This record gives sequence, C-alpha cells and structure tokens, in this order.
Amino acid sequence: MANTDVNISIGEGEILGLLGENGAGKTTLMNILYGLYQPDSGTIQINGKDISIKSPGDSRRYGIGMVHQHFMLIPNHSVAENIALGYEMTPLLFPQRKIKDSIITYSKKFNFDIDPSRSVWQLSAGEQQRVEIIKALINGADLLILDEPTSVLTSQETQDLFQNLREMKAQGHLIILISHKLDEILELCDRVTVLQKGRIVGEAQTTDVDKKSLARMMIGREIIFQIEKEPMERSDKVITIDNVMVKNDKDLEAVKGISFSIFRNEIFGIAGVSGNGQRELVEAITGMRTVESGKITIDGNDITNESVRCIYNSGIAHVPEERIRFGIAPGLCLYENAILKQHHKPKYSNKLFLAYSKIKEHAQKLLSDFKVLAPSINVQTKNLSGGNIQKLILGREISEGPSLLVASHPTYGLDVGATEYLRKQLLKRRREGGAVLLVSEDLEEIFELCDRIAVMFQGEFMSILNSDDLRLKDIGLMMAGSLRL
Amino acid sequence: MLKLKVTDRIDVLPRHSLLSLVFSLAAGLLAISVIFLFSGVNPLYAIFKIFSGSFGSLYGLKETVTKAIPLILIGGGLAVAFRAKFWNIGAESQLLMGAIFGTWVGLNWGPHLPWPVIVPLMFLAGFVGGAIWGLIPAILKIKFSINEVISTLMLNYICNEFVKILIVGPWRGKTKHGFPYTDDLPLSATLSVLPGSRIHYATLIVAVVTVILLGIAIYKTRFGYEVRVIGENPDAARYSGIDFFKTTLIIMVISGGMAGLAGVGEAAGIHHYLSYPESISSGYGYTAIIVAWLAKLNPLYVILSALFFAGILVGGDAIQISLGLPAATVQVFNGTLLVFLIMGDFFLKNRVALQWDLKRN
Amino acid sequence: MEDIIISVAQRTLVAGTPLLLGTIGEVICERSGILNLGVEGVMSVGAVTAFIITFVTGNPWFGLVAAIVAASLISVIHAFASITLQASQVVSGLALTMLGLGISGLVGKPYIGKPLTIKMQNWAIPVLSDIPIVGPILFDRSPFFYMAIVLAALAWFTLEYTRLGITIRSAGENPMATETQGINVYRVRYWCVIIGGAFSGMAGAHLSTSYSKSWIEGMTAGRGWIVIALTIFALWNPMRAIIGAFLFGGIFVIQYLLQPLGISPNFLAMLPYISTLFVLFIGALRDSRKMNAPAMLAEPYRRGER
Repeated sequence: MANTDVNISIGEGEILGLLGENGAGKTTLMNILYGLYQPDSGTIQINGKDISIKSPGDSRRYGIGMVHQHFMLIPNHSVAENIALGYEMTPLLFPQRKIKDSIITYSKKFNFDIDPSRSVWQLSAGEQQRVEIIKALINGADLLILDEPTSVLTSQETQDLFQNLREMKAQGHLIILISHKLDEILELCDRVTVLQKGRIVGEAQTTDVDKKSLARMMIGREIIFQIEKEPMERSDKVITIDNVMVKNDKDLEAVKGISFSIFRNEIFGIAGVSGNGQRELVEAITGMRTVESGKITIDGNDITNESVRCIYNSGIAHVPEERIRFGIAPGLCLYENAILKQHHKPKYSNKLFLAYSKIKEHAQKLLSDFKVLAPSINVQTKNLSGGNIQKLILGREISEGPSLLVASHPTYGLDVGATEYLRKQLLKRRREGGAVLLVSEDLEEIFELCDRIAVMFQGEFMSILNSDDLRLKDIGLMMAGSLRL
Repeated sequence: MLKLKVTDRIDVLPRHSLLSLVFSLAAGLLAISVIFLFSGVNPLYAIFKIFSGSFGSLYGLKETVTKAIPLILIGGGLAVAFRAKFWNIGAESQLLMGAIFGTWVGLNWGPHLPWPVIVPLMFLAGFVGGAIWGLIPAILKIKFSINEVISTLMLNYICNEFVKILIVGPWRGKTKHGFPYTDDLPLSATLSVLPGSRIHYATLIVAVVTVILLGIAIYKTRFGYEVRVIGENPDAARYSGIDFFKTTLIIMVISGGMAGLAGVGEAAGIHHYLSYPESISSGYGYTAIIVAWLAKLNPLYVILSALFFAGILVGGDAIQISLGLPAATVQVFNGTLLVFLIMGDFFLKNRVALQWDLKRN
Repeated sequence: MEDIIISVAQRTLVAGTPLLLGTIGEVICERSGILNLGVEGVMSVGAVTAFIITFVTGNPWFGLVAAIVAASLISVIHAFASITLQASQVVSGLALTMLGLGISGLVGKPYIGKPLTIKMQNWAIPVLSDIPIVGPILFDRSPFFYMAIVLAALAWFTLEYTRLGITIRSAGENPMATETQGINVYRVRYWCVIIGGAFSGMAGAHLSTSYSKSWIEGMTAGRGWIVIALTIFALWNPMRAIIGAFLFGGIFVIQYLLQPLGISPNFLAMLPYISTLFVLFIGALRDSRKMNAPAMLAEPYRRGER
C-alpha cells in the first residue's frame, strides 16, 4: 500500500510542499491526482465538489497539470511540436505556427523566455522544464504539480524556476512542489505536508518550522545508536577515491570531486536520497562509467578508467542496484548466472572451454551457502523470486573474497527474511577482512551495518562521520543539503 | 470492452517448445492449404507432392541433401550471429564472396596443384572471403553505429553487381564463347560427388563438422557463453566485463566465413564455374535465416531444420514440374510457415488472456 | 540528340515512379517507428492484383483500387507481428516479402503471357505538354507519375506541417512520451504500416498496368529493396525521395547506354546502394541528429514499460 488515509488540501494562490524521502508515497499520491493510478478509496474534491479522475485526460480537464521528474519530451522536435503533441486544441494544419503565439504569450506572462522554434535537445535542463510547464499551462492547468523539479537544475536555474513559480502563484495558480530538499521547501512554499511510508506525519506553515523540525518529521525517528556489530580495528587501506569527477548521462557533473578511502574490516556507507550521484559514483568505481578526472586506487594499483574485467580482477565485486537489468542474464539458468562475472577466471575456464563440472559444483555451493531457494541449478534464473536472485548475486560476488564489495541498494524490494540474511552476510564479509561500500537509502540499514557513514547530496559528501558520532542525529539535514560538516 | 491481457510466461519447458513448433507448422500447413485452394490448386495433392518429391524417392532425398549443404553451413553461422542479436541479412553476399575467393584460387592455382592441396586451400580462401565481407558490417556497427540490417542488405546488392562485373570482364572464360561465365574449374579444383547424385560430400562433411563444432562452441566454450549473455541481456554483458567489440568481430568472422564455405561448395561442387550471382547463391542466404530461426538458433538443430527447408525447395521444384506451379510457390511455403512460427513463438513466451474491462471507457 | 535526351528523361521518370511511390509509403511507416522489409512482397501483391482486376474488368482504375486494398490487407500481417506480437521486425518483414512474392507468383500464374488490352493511358496535360522538350517529358506521363509527385508533396506537408504529422513522428521518436500525451502509439503505428503497404501496392499497380501491360513472375525485380535503400538515402523526407527516386531510376535507364563509353553498367547499378551506405557513413561522422532517422526505428515498444 503506497498511501493510507492521506488528506491534503490546497487553497488558491498557494504553494504547497510535499516533503518526504524516496518511497514515502509522494509520487504515487500525485500520480493519482494526475490520473495515472486509481485510488482504492477516498475522494478528490475541487472547490468543494466531488470529482473522479480516471485518466490524464480527465485530470487535464479539471485543470490539473503535472511536470514529471523525468521529462517526457522529444529531443529532436521543436518546442512548438512537443507542446502541440499533447495540446487538445492543436489545430490540424500548421500547428507549429498557430501554437507559437500561445507559447509566446505564456512565455512572456511568466518570463520564461522560450523560443518555440528551437529544438528541445538544444535547450538546457531549466529551459526544458519550462517547456514542460508551458505544456501543462497551455492545457489550462490551474493546479500545477512539480515532481522533484530541481533535481536536474543548477542553482541559478533553480532560482529562476522559483521566481517563475512565484509569479504563477501571484496570478492565482496553485502549485504543489514535491521535494526532499528542505531548503527549497522552506524558501518557496507557504505550507508543507510531510509524508513518511505513505502516511502524513506532519503539516505546518513554513513560517512556523525550521529545518531541524522538518528533518525530524521526514526521518521520523530519533536516531538511536544500536551497534550490534563488534567493533573492529581499522586495518589497511583497500581503496582510495581521490578527487573523482564523474558525469551523468546528460553530460552534467554528477560526482563533483569526491575523495575518501575504505579500509579492511570496514563497512563504509553512503547515505542520501537517490539521484544525488550515488549511481554514477558506483559505476565509476566498477568501471561502467568514465572517470573524468581524479584517481581510483585499489591495493596500490591505479584502476582509474580500466575495463570492467580488469577492475574485477583487481578485487572489486559489485552487487548492482538494478539486479534484473544488470545483475543476471534472465533467460540463462542458475549455474550459468553463478559465474556471470567470473567466467574468465582460470578455475572456471581454461583458454577455450568452460569447466562446467566445477561451475555446477560452485553453483550448488552458492545455493546452499547463501540459502538460495530454487528447485535446482538448472532452472532459468528469471523464475526465481527477487530475494533469491539477490542472494545468488550476492553469493556470487562475495564467494570470491573480493578486496572491496560494492553493494548498491542491496535489500531494495526484498522481504524481511532476505533483508536480514543479506545484512548478516555483509557483516560476515567485514569480519573476514573484506571492505564493503554500501550505498543505501534505508537509514536503518546504514546505521545497523556501517562503521563510517558519508552523506551524499548533489554529487558531494556533506560529511563523513563515524557511526557513533553524535552529529549523525542531523543526518536528515545533511541528506537534504542543509548541513555540511 | 474486451481486452487482451499479455503477461510473460515463466515456466517454459523444452517440451512446450516442441509443442509450439508442431502446432505452428500444422497451422502453417493449414493456411498454405487455404492459399492453394484459393489459387485453384488441390492442397492435399500439392502438399503430398512436395513432401514425396523431396523425401519420398531416392532421387528426391539426394537432392534434398544437396540443397541442405549450404543451408547447414549458412544456418549454423547465422545461429551464432543471431544469438548475439546481430542481424546478419548479408549471408547471400558472404556466400558469393566465398565463391569468388574460392574460384580465384581454383582457377589460378588449380592446374598446378593436386586436389588434396587445392581443395582445402579453396575452402580456406572461401572462408576468408566470406569473413572479410562479414567484418565490414561488424565494423560499421561498432565504429559508426550503422544498423547492420541496412548495411548487410546494401552489401548484398553491391556484391551482386561486383560478381557480374567479374564474369563479364576480367574473369570471363576464354572457353565460354563470350558468355558471362568463368572458365571451368580445373578437375583438381572441383569437388567430387557421391555417385549418382550431386552431393559434394566434402562440403557436406565440412558442414556437419563445423556445425557440430559451433554447437559445442555455443554451449561449452567461454566465447559461446559470452555470445549468449550478450544476446540475453546486453546490460548484464557490460556489467560482467564482456568485450563487445571483440566478440562482435569474431561472430561475424564466423558467420561470414561459414557462408563463404557454402559459396565454395556451390561453385566448386555444383556449378564448377562462377556465373550469374543469383544462380550461385539461389537465395540460400535468405532461406538460411528461417532455417536458423526454426532451429531456435541451436547449431545442432540447424541440420534438421536445413533438411526440412531443403526438402521444401526440392519439393517446390517437383511441384513446378508436375503441377505447373510457379517457382514462387516455395516462397508461399516459407513465408507462411515463418509467420506461424512467429505467432507460435509469441504464444510460447506469453500467456494471453481475454479480459472484460469494465472500468475504462 | 534531342530525341535521346527526351527518351532517356521520359524513361527515367517512368523508372522512378514506382520507386517514389514505394518510398513515400516506407517513409511514413518508418517515421512511425516500424521498419518494413516486406516492400518487395507487398509491391508484388499490388502488381498482380492490379493486373488481374484490370484484366477482368477492363478498367485499370479498378485495378489500382484493388491493388491498394490487397496490399494494405497483407501488410496487416507485418503490423500484427511487429506491433502486437512484438516480434523481430526484421524476421516479420522478410516473412512478408516471401509471402507476398509467393502468393503473387501463385495467383498470377494463369495470367502469364496474356497482356492487357487496356492499360493505364498517359495523361497529356493540355498546353503544358506542348512546351518543347520539357513538355513531352514532364507533362505527358502516366497518372501514376502525377499521383506520385502530388502524394510525395502531400506526405511531406502532412509530416511537417500538420498535427497528424507531429503525432506520427513523435511515435517514432519517443513512443513513451507520446503515450503520456494520451496518444495510442499502437494504433498510430498500425495505420502507418497499412498506409505504407498501400503505397507499395500502388507502386506495384504501376508496374503491371502502366509500365508494362503483362504480368510476369518476379516483376518487381528487386525494386522493393531499392525502396528500402531509397528511404534512408532520402533521409526519411518525401521531397528528397522525389530526387532520389529519379536519380536511382535514372541509373537503371542509362546503365546500358553508357556502356560504349567504357562505364560498367554493373558499377552504375551498385551506386544506389553504395550511396546509401555513404549517406549513413557521413551521418555517423557528423551529428547524427541531422540524419532525421526516427530515434526508435525498429525498436519494439511495449506499453507500460519504463
């Protein structure tokens, strides 16, 4: 269940902020408003009248517009063509020309400065976002919902956006801003509603709250330090990341000059909301993305921008974030996936042939050691449950005893049993002398497992603290970019 | 309103695969019968004639095996390429390139060398020729992201014209009275056949052996494993450190080379000279696509699949003679069967349910 | 000399007409995101249908209509396989080629060697066709030629300057984004495949009722494959297709004329295919955006997939 008992109201000429971590239910709620999902119960009212929204067309008719986090634009087409695509009143002939005037009108009204004839791929992220906003406005949106709009903007573009939103508010529009960034909520919004795990845990006028109280509402727990793991002596350095800069798919800096080291017998955690550069950092370390500048050294060897296989051979194993997409070949059977990353190693193959008897033996061992529930090693991997697939992947990566294990959101979407089992395995690796880099959005997991915790926000570490450091009680602030240590 | 609900089927067993195959072929034959009826042909008689013409007589069987030889070779190579999702439509011209290289070796070195030397040399040359022609689209894809469907298609036509240039120009045979044929290959350079048939057994042996080797390669070697991972999930291949470039190049060397071997077989075993490209390649490059497809991209099954389609080709010839049906009849068979195989494949991989949907309008 | 020029020009326009018609259709189809390799087969079906109906009714216009209907119907197979069944568009298109060639050969067999008594007559446009040199070349042509030019312009205009055109192009560029705007991408693509087939059918009708008045097996002689190359060479633009069609058509007309000059006709015949590769090659070196290639061409789209 994504949302329970959520009551939200918004008045005219108001900007409402919807605050919460990923998975708190913000996007689901807004998708209901937009007509992409149907609520199982509850009502929606506009101006006191009950309405029902069954599709994006309905919501549009009621004056609700949504700007998604990931733009739904066609890069090769012009602004006018993109807007014409979704606009109900687009004329049949010469739509670009006729719509141009409307676009310019809206553009001038809110100071958007958008040229309708330019191609979308030429526009900056901020400009593309404004195109999305115009798209919503031109369809008659009175209520505008923006989902994490600043995640792709520079700080200047963010200021421009806020200016635009304020002007829209002045003209009577209602705006809902979904965000996990406290600064922005406080700066822009009149009121804020805080969601956590699908429920409303707080509401306030933004003038009445400050960052600390908001953060507390968002995280929703007192940070209790329950370290069940035994303390370990910090040992030798395993990996050093030195001033690494990595770009994302849109050619913007996603990791901005990060430096840190991880030691044996240590689990190093990176906390933070997804989308702040964690994925790009992990891909850079494991060789799946280019390191633009900086150096990565493992056990004394420089592995910056080496091939994936070379990096693996240097001792870095990887449990990927999207396990089905990257971690397995779904149509191949279990024992074939048991060596997905290791098939080139001498013990599993000589120059030409795979040593299937050894591989099957290994697979069998993996199944039992890591409690993977499967009828046999001969079944197709895609038939396994998510938890068992993850256990297979984890087992595969751990069993080779890597110097560094990179685990990215390893327990995402798993049931309680699998989650607990995986965490125990990570602790076991730590005990055995390995180093673990854990990237997770689950704070409980971070606190339970890690020796040191870094909080990542917009490509930088807000802090790197030992897990018993009392300053971690402000982790909410750090995750939301409002505190740097 | 009635809606189609499609979900992935996750419990596919080999026997389901076989069942789907049988059903598809049966449904296909049914559809073909309808088409025959529509064209004024007695379907039962026609279908009977096709299969008896190819499998029902000794002569038919021999012809079927003869036509199966190039299909086995090319089909095997395509099975490898298609497994990695490299859509090689250019086997037709890779065959021709093999024929060209092989013929050159045969014409120029043949007179001076005994057959135990010249024949392997021709095969080698043919493999090289086909491999080179196959590397071109591979490089175009890797370096320039040019879609391989288009590039291989274009190369088919370019090569076609190139052969014509050779046979009317520099390679025109002196003994051919001005006709666009090369000279006959010297005796040592021709492939002997099983007595009473046209089966050039050397190529047949090469075909079966290489296809078995490919089967072993796909399922037992590291290379085959990497090919299968690429075809299954290219993202996972990247994650696992597999080298796309190298693997793609090797795949096309194999696929092009196999077609090249088939080209040598046709030139040296059937025709004994190089002539009009269409008569040398006879559409084998395209037919082999369905052969590989029917064999579910398993090089070992290709042998059976090739015999089946060769049988249709031979049967098509038989029908032409006895019923006066046009040569295109074979295409009806191939096309219809392929369509039903596609449908059968879909039902194999997906569970389809009809659903009453009252919520949406 | 003048007569040779006129004759070559006339024959070039005739040769290019079916290429142009087929290309217009394939452009529309590919712009919506579907690659149709079955053009050769569909064209063949159009040719044989047009021939038979014209033979039986004595009216080539009935033949044309029938060809369009038949070609559209058979194209549904490819649409169904590639859109609904999400099968490989390459395999499905090849199946369509085989099926089309096969059925047309089968159905046309009884009509081999029986030429039409009435074929599609040329229309000489009054006044314009009297202009010296240009007149007989451009303005005394088969109706198919005029239709091709008009339809090319219409197709171009529709794609560029109408709402429908934006919809089609968006379906080929980014089906997911298009779907979020409330457009049924499946339906758009179905129609584009069918319309593409209709054009191939027209091209086939031209072959059997205007270009010649007989039916022979293999009438299309590889023109369908040239259409596929031409679509790319024209960079998916129907207006460029006009130039390309007559360029490619012209090559086959002068192929043997230039032989006395020592230019190999086979080399000339290679040129359409080499230039298509060349166009792709150049496009890859420069910014590929200028290529106009629909971004999602030949990628299966499944609704609801992120």
